[in-house]
Amino acid sequence: MPKVRFATAWLGGCSGCHMSFLDLDEKLIDLADKIELVYSPIADAKEFPENVDVTLVEGAVANIDNLKLAKEIRARSRLVVSFGDCAVTGNVPSLRNKLGVDDVLTAVYHEGPGRHPTGGDEIMPRLLPKVLPLHQVIHVDAFLPGCPPDPDRIWAAVSALLAGEPLVLEPEMRTFG
Amino acid sequence: MSVVTLTINDELVSAQEGQTLLSVLQERGIEVPTLCHLDGLSERGGCRLCMVEMEGTGRLQAACVTQVQEGMVVHTHSERLVKYRRMILELLFSERNHVCAVCVMNGHCELQWEAAQIGMDHVRYEYLNPDLPMDASHERFVIDHNRCILCTRCVRVCDEIEGAHVWDVMGRGVNSRVIADLNQPWGTSQSCTSCGKCVQVCPTGALFSKGATVAEMEKQHNFLRWILDGREKKIWSYENGK
Ligand code: SF4
Ligand code: SF4
Ligand code: SF4
Ligand code: FES
Repeated sequence: MPKVRFATAWLGGCSGCHMSFLDLDEKLIDLADKIELVYSPIADAKEFPENVDVTLVEGAVANIDNLKLAKEIRARSRLVVSFGDCAVTGNVPSLRNKLGVDDVLTAVYHEGPGRHPTGGDEIMPRLLPKVLPLHQVIHVDAFLPGCPPDPDRIWAAVSALLAGEPLVLEPEMRTFG
Repeated sequence: MSVVTLTINDELVSAQEGQTLLSVLQERGIEVPTLCHLDGLSERGGCRLCMVEMEGTGRLQAACVTQVQEGMVVHTHSERLVKYRRMILELLFSERNHVCAVCVMNGHCELQWEAAQIGMDHVRYEYLNPDLPMDASHERFVIDHNRCILCTRCVRVCDEIEGAHVWDVMGRGVNSRVIADLNQPWGTSQSCTSCGKCVQVCPTGALFSKGATVAEMEKQHNFLRWILDGREKKIWSYENGK
């Protein structure tokens, strides 16, 4: 059987979901037999490739870079999974939504310690007015809640997806938080 | 008391006249989700999660505020009901700020659990992200309006059980807020006895003990039964383990 072309991506999140993914421990060896990891923060690929079968997306859509990558992922993946609460709900990054973008930048960079970026140099990706859950930006095929989803949840989800089954988790495995 | 016969999910069931439909469902182990209902408090019928279909009426009825009647034909889990219950939960999550990962009630919250039960794995509505305050002026407790779902359990327990009636609801619709006394900081309330009953019955992270951090808050409702058994049945002590 050809290997499943599998990707993981990291938008506005803390990388905790990826850490939890690595916590699959020895199951990663089973997984490696079935998948080819074509793109991931833990693999060396600069561009999001074409013809990906399954992509797990960690993180909310917080800035224009996240938005661009999210759209590329959708265009080039058969199945897109919101991986963890930040992708599913906006979660902690979205706590800034009740403040204006300017107020956030002022509080963090101008009133915070150290030198602040001068802005306008396009080095920092521009922030979106609101941090959005992934499904408000692109179509998402399945949702894996949890902050982070623990390895059991990830395994249940990945096993179902690789077997071509719909992702239906037990209630205990689909709580937020 | 006379007995009435009704049909629930195609099964004939008998119940006592005057019983609420919810209590009959619970006796029979038919699980409908509830949030505003709490055993020992008066019913409010506010959250609408317990609604059921009743043949012969077009409207859905909240089981907690519906009395059983002879010949009623009730459905509790039709596709439409499950769809509406999920919508209600999604609206509750989108209306204020529910970030479970950093909430005092993470892992013990009734709202969080109902969402998982029904399979609400994401919210289809836009989040409103309101800018709501937190009142930490009370010496022992905090109210965080970001997590409040306006179930009014706090209002009822303080009025009906403690007899202090500190809480009320001010405003309408999305602007409704739970307020202490005449809309003043909780810590300045002269009617609050600091008994903590409101904190214990609150289903979410809206009311919590000062000092509790993420996932540390757990609540228990047994005290309601103890107080009511004493008041109503004069039972003042329990054998071990009861
Ligand atoms: S109150 Fe419940 S649902 Fe809301 S954030 Fe806290 S744990 Fe989550
Ligand atoms: S602590 Fe007791 S008296 Fe004070 S508001 Fe809560 S229930 Fe009422
Ligand atoms: S503070 Fe808690 S108990 Fe009171 S209305 Fe809000 S959610 Fe319900
Ligand atoms: S439990 Fe019946 S309406 Fe809330």
